Amino acid sequence: MEDKTLEKDNNQIIIENNTEIKEKKSRKKTIVVKENITKEKGIFHYIYNGIITENPTFILMIGMCPTLAITTSVSNAIGMGLATTVVLVASNAIISLARKIIPDSLRIPIYIVIIASFVTLVEFIIKAYFPSLNEALGIYIPLIVVNCIIFGRAEAFAGKNKVIDSIGDGIGMGLGFTIAIIIISAVREFIGSGAIYGHTIVPEDYRVALFVLPPGAFLVLAFLTAIQNKLKLPSATNKEGTCNNDCLHCIVSNEDKKAKEEHK
Amino acid sequence: MEIIITIISASLISNVVLSRFLGICPFLGVSNKVETAKGMGLAVIFVIMIATAVTFTINHFFLEETGVFGIDLTYLQTITFILIIACLVQFIEMFLKKFIPVLYKSLGIYLPLITTNCAVLGVALTVSRDYMFTRFTTGIAYAFGTSFGFLISIVLLASIREKIENNDIPESFKGKPIVLIIACLMAVAFTGFSNLNIG
Repeated sequence: MEDKTLEKDNNQIIIENNTEIKEKKSRKKTIVVKENITKEKGIFHYIYNGIITENPTFILMIGMCPTLAITTSVSNAIGMGLATTVVLVASNAIISLARKIIPDSLRIPIYIVIIASFVTLVEFIIKAYFPSLNEALGIYIPLIVVNCIIFGRAEAFAGKNKVIDSIGDGIGMGLGFTIAIIIISAVREFIGSGAIYGHTIVPEDYRVALFVLPPGAFLVLAFLTAIQNKLKLPSATNKEGTCNNDCLHCIVSNEDKKAKEEHK
Repeated sequence: MEIIITIISASLISNVVLSRFLGICPFLGVSNKVETAKGMGLAVIFVIMIATAVTFTINHFFLEETGVFGIDLTYLQTITFILIIACLVQFIEMFLKKFIPVLYKSLGIYLPLITTNCAVLGVALTVSRDYMFTRFTTGIAYAFGTSFGFLISIVLLASIREKIENNDIPESFKGKPIVLIIACLMAVAFTGFSNLNIG
């Protein structure tokens, strides 16, 4: 009798194990299915990734110089955002096309030259067709070259992936940056100069001019990051040892860390 | 006199970090301790001065219409300047390592970080584009003033951060937000200089 009960128990355990294995298999299947879906989504996946999951301004906290400097009005932010997007998409496409020709040791100067050429082109276009925007943005247009977002994406994504994926990533990241600086500039413009996209709403006595001046940029960003901390959103401010001083190397090292973790 | 005015206005009145937002990344990142902030500031002064001198000369003799080629090549400024700065930083690092090891020990670790510091390219472009800086001396004075302003602001921020470390900060403001608030208050203080009437 005892033996039989033991056998029964063993059978049960085996059955339980089997179910567990089945569950694991089904889980694996669902994971695989999810991956397939994200791959099939294509460009929309990259746009979602750029705007929400890996937003360059709010989540990764890179490219802060233009974010703080030109967000005094929404029209400036749209101009800057679109200029950056164009440069990002074009440089991502070219770098991804040339990724098999570019030798690894020479990649940084080659990337810099490609990015700088596109920035010069964009500067010509802005000078020719949008002279008022050119005056408003001034030195910050050529400084798109040193915007960490562009170099970071070239290094982390475009140098390793196919052309279509790189273009999608460029569009997503560019739109994420544009939307982020539009949000910041909308806050600053509304409180500081009492206007929404250039249309004055609030009378002069009720404006806080500080928000259009340089200190306002720091203040708005401080409160945005504080809100992120409060809601425990996955931003760079919540993590230890993220990109503090060196955007260029930090993105690369973060990617390496991710790859190592996945490898483990 | 003109040189002194340029230095004061570049370092205090339109401070590079607090009113022109160039070099924000090292300003927020390397300001944990006064010692490192000082090192970073000195390295930035060093690189900006040399980079501006080189880019000014190249712009004057090669890119402008009065230069060697006789054609207006100023649209190539962005490409040439960023390449020059990238090479220069590498070269300075190698030079210091070989010939002045004492200086390399104190500045060496900050040098590679400076390539992506937009203040360097920003100053080089401003000096070459602005009609105010047609002479070499005023250009260099502007470069010194700007980088000195960077040193002042980053050392101030670092010393405030060291003081505030043990204070009771609200949970959600710990980390970056409180640093940004300090920067905001410093920027408010620095706008006071804008009413300074010189020259």
